[in-house]
Amino acid sequence: MIIDRVEVETINSFSKLELFKEIYGLIWILPIFALLLGITIEVLVIVWLEREISASIQQRIGPEYAGPLGLLQAIADGTKLLLKEDILPSRGDIPLFSIGPSIAVISILLSFLVIPLGYRFVLADLSIGVFLWIAISSIAPIGLLMAGYSSNNKYSFLGGLRAAAQSISYEIPLTFCVLAISLLSNSLSTVDIVEAQSKYGFFGWNLWRQPIGFLVFLISSLAECERLPFDLPEAEEELVAGYQTEYSGIKYGLFYLVSYLNLLVSSLFVTVLYLGGWNFSIPYISFFGFFQMNKIIGILEMVIGIFITLTKAYLFLFISITIRWTLPRMRMDQLLNLGWKFLLPISLGNLLLTTSFQLVSL
Amino acid sequence: MSLSLKRKDLMIVNMGPQHPSMHGVLRLIVTLDGEDVIDCEPILGYLHRGMEKIAENRSIIQYLPYVTRWDYLATMFTEAITVNAPEFLENIQIPKRASYIRVIMLELSRIASHLLWLGPFMADLGAQTPFFYIFRERELIYDLFEAVTGMRMMHNYFRIGGVAADLPYGWMDKCLDFCDYFLQGVVEYQELITQNPIFLERVEGVGFISGEEAVNWGLSGPMLRASGIQWDLRKIDPYESYNQFDWKVQWQKEGDSLARYLVRVGEMRESIKIIQQAVEKIPGGPYENLEARRFKKAKNPEWNDFEYRFLGKKPSPNFELSKQELYVRVEAPKGELGIYLVGDDSLFPWRWKIRPPGFINLQILPQLVKKMKLADIMTILGSIDIIMGEVDR
Repeated sequence: MIIDRVEVETINSFSKLELFKEIYGLIWILPIFALLLGITIEVLVIVWLEREISASIQQRIGPEYAGPLGLLQAIADGTKLLLKEDILPSRGDIPLFSIGPSIAVISILLSFLVIPLGYRFVLADLSIGVFLWIAISSIAPIGLLMAGYSSNNKYSFLGGLRAAAQSISYEIPLTFCVLAISLLSNSLSTVDIVEAQSKYGFFGWNLWRQPIGFLVFLISSLAECERLPFDLPEAEEELVAGYQTEYSGIKYGLFYLVSYLNLLVSSLFVTVLYLGGWNFSIPYISFFGFFQMNKIIGILEMVIGIFITLTKAYLFLFISITIRWTLPRMRMDQLLNLGWKFLLPISLGNLLLTTSFQLVSL
Repeated sequence: MSLSLKRKDLMIVNMGPQHPSMHGVLRLIVTLDGEDVIDCEPILGYLHRGMEKIAENRSIIQYLPYVTRWDYLATMFTEAITVNAPEFLENIQIPKRASYIRVIMLELSRIASHLLWLGPFMADLGAQTPFFYIFRERELIYDLFEAVTGMRMMHNYFRIGGVAADLPYGWMDKCLDFCDYFLQGVVEYQELITQNPIFLERVEGVGFISGEEAVNWGLSGPMLRASGIQWDLRKIDPYESYNQFDWKVQWQKEGDSLARYLVRVGEMRESIKIIQQAVEKIPGGPYENLEARRFKKAKNPEWNDFEYRFLGKKPSPNFELSKQELYVRVEAPKGELGIYLVGDDSLFPWRWKIRPPGFINLQILPQLVKKMKLADIMTILGSIDIIMGEVDR
């Protein structure tokens, strides 16, 4: 991540001693922790944002006592959940009940591997990049299904089934959109996808080349996150809390975390796939062309890249939060109709169009 | 329920009495086939307090504080029917000013009730935000109530022969201000909700009741008017001074949840119209018929004893209900609220039968939710508008 390949090689050349090898191994763990820390902080910020934005939409005040502007409210809530009693349903399937939330969390966390936050600032630049995310994020519903099944509660069971049905039906249009993007940029790697959009700044974004794909991606990623127009698995008015009904303490906290992590991943991917990732995005003005590339400028560039990525991502968070507090919920059959009868054909058509254009341009 | 036991893959879900969208303590035993509702059995009685029996050993003035606990969101209507019944039984006239004050109070209460229907109805559909918006306006109504009656919800304001107190100085200006403000509020709801495609998809054609069905089930209020029947007791069977105002009965012919939503929103606008006219035209004069207390005094001096004199602001009228019976009704926000009163030449009513609109309207629920989806239960239940305090009494 932080270490360039050149540096790695230099370290390797010195690492004939065992000690150096161990240090080298430790250094490779560091970025992972740094990323985890960053993700945690971002999730806390999202929780705070959600509460403040929903409060201003609903003409309330929102959190204000825990820390300045209520910034520490999310930490306070998390601590409370951590210290609460962990209640296990008496006739539930306890092993499954405990594994469920962790499977969901781990699968979402793994997808952060391939997200480039800045120029070459990515944990693993895999050649299958985006598909790793799609593959891994479809593991999460298994965790939800486990949670719903093992709770020995009818609401939980219905919620788990709904979660499975929903994520299966919206994964396919999502995949088609990603396929179209990868056709345009001739690569599946997230870094290459961003690089492909970097040419004409603002105008080079995939958003303009894939407007239909963008909308479909937006809708299906909202559905994947189980956010409000599509939050049927945990529909409070119908299923009490869906698959979370029997959970308490930190296991409930993990589900809460999953929903926000999912949101973060989705908005980061919208940024990467459609909004030109870390690029500054004002056309014909290159920010760093004037400077000699030395180390300080490199670090500065990286910081600005991260900042730009996060800004774009938080724009989408803002949109999905306002959507959540404005719209009513859909019904299950309407949700599936939208997925299978509307989004799937449209995304398929979009993919075919993209393919034929690519063929013509070859 | 007999059908459900034959197939093994059906799931029986018990919703309530503790469930977020059961509007209090309604309990539904729902038989589900996946997401489809096969059968639904409502179970009532978790909030039963024996209101009818309590009335049989209370004088009317003693009973008045109880009645606001029937329908605790449209409190003025329960008080109105409680004083209307003995008034009609003994043929007591009320001053015109008292009648106008009652009309203003009733219509404000109708708006409050419809507002607290709109919020939870939208919450049942998944939209949380309107809930906060309706409270913004409802608070103002309750402030108006507080200024007049001293209480926000449980007013105890109506008396046989009038009301307990006159309107305070400057109150009517406040009320007119509220009317202007509220009309903007209704526009805001319309903009937020009425054209929303997801909302329309959730309510259009859901919970259809034909006009004939509605009459046969004995539905009343917005439930009936949404099915194309222009039946409003304020027009059909005028009481107080409703026939002196210019307003229209709100009705729709579709008979689905959307129609019921539109009827209620329209009624809020009409109520504002009535209030504005009533405030303009309110006459001076006394706010209660003081002679009412002298009619038909009971011989039993116990109720004039020392300790009973300080029960209320005014001495409890030892008002005797003569040996007659009658049925009185008002158009409450939920529908026809009626009392069947049997007097027995005593202070206490011999029988005090309540016809709660919510209870009668709720009967049609199992028929409506059959063959619908699970989520439609909440839409339909919300559009019926029940208050369990009134259903169970």
